Amino acid sequence: MRETEDEWTGLMRLAISGDGTAYHRLLKAVTPVLRAGARRGLARAGQPIDQSEDIVQEILLAVHLKRHTWDANAPFAPWLFAIARNKLIDQLRRRGRRVFVNIDDFAETIPDEPAAETASAGEIAAQLQSLPARQRDVLQSIAVESASIKDTAAKFAMSEGAVRVALHRALASLTAKLREQ
Amino acid sequence: METEQLIRTLAADNLHRARPVGLVLTTALLAAAPVSMAMFLATLGVRPDVMTAMHNPFFDLKFVVTLALAISAIAVSLHLSRPEASLKGWAWLLLVPAGILAAGIASEMMMPQRLPMLTRLIGSNSRTCMTAIPLISLPLLAGALIGLRHGAPARPAVAGAIAGLLSAGLAATLYASHCTDDSPLFVATWYTVATALVTAIGALAGSKLLRF
Repeated sequence: MRETEDEWTGLMRLAISGDGTAYHRLLKAVTPVLRAGARRGLARAGQPIDQSEDIVQEILLAVHLKRHTWDANAPFAPWLFAIARNKLIDQLRRRGRRVFVNIDDFAETIPDEPAAETASAGEIAAQLQSLPARQRDVLQSIAVESASIKDTAAKFAMSEGAVRVALHRALASLTAKLREQ
Repeated sequence: METEQLIRTLAADNLHRARPVGLVLTTALLAAAPVSMAMFLATLGVRPDVMTAMHNPFFDLKFVVTLALAISAIAVSLHLSRPEASLKGWAWLLLVPAGILAAGIASEMMMPQRLPMLTRLIGSNSRTCMTAIPLISLPLLAGALIGLRHGAPARPAVAGAIAGLLSAGLAATLYASHCTDDSPLFVATWYTVATALVTAIGALAGSKLLRF
């Protein structure tokens, strides 16, 4: 477990220094852990666990948009689990539940062999429609059609810089909309 | 959307670099400061005898106390902008201004005074003090909240309260140059009431605005 966490910290340091592949690996590695934690938290609150993927996706968005608050000299896991707890509590409150989230819901057991699992959630998809057209197009091109920044730029006759800006704005406004729900 | 797709999208945005919270907070406070300063100069202004007042250590002490409050609150608010941070180990910083003030009260007690204690405590500007500090602090509070929104505080109400302390400290620094009541007893009473009010406003606003 300690080794896993050290590995995360190393990957996050690489990500911050601009290594997109390391960032992708990190997000993939933490997702099963977040999923397990979200399920544990929902079960403890007596909520159906089918909402867990919405929570996982919200956590990932928050991790992404707030990663500048991580101190590169500190271990990554406590920061990650703090964000995760925050999002789980948010989600439970939104459903009118006053629940204590167990500190260890996320930290408890890190699966050694994360099950290869693809999961889908509805909340982000639902908010997608309310984005400005340009942001939505760029986001869909990259997320759904798995186009690169470069291909997306060519497709919409935009500069790569403009695609990057539109992509980041799309992610930020999605997060804002989820928060306002 | 599939989580796999979201992850790929986030990775594609990896090169985006957000500015550090400290920088955003500083910028927001520097933008808000002229507004508060203008409000202060337009309504109250610096007291006319400021040149002689500066020779009174108790006049100077007011600035030490209010600036100590502002600086320690800035440090704590930046610490709390990290999601895994708590007040533990940091709350004592907020006691520094209180400690300085207590030392001020003690040393005033040891000196011969022209006015009785209660008169010094009540002073002649208590009402102005209690209205001016909260009003002058509002633009600064807005700036502090905008800056701290860039962070990710685990407890938004607490972070908002610290933003309140921070802006009250800065506003009180301006107000202190107007006020003719220099007794630490006056400061400990009325400045504290005004600061508590701003802190409560900050906590309320923070609980709404500082969620991430």
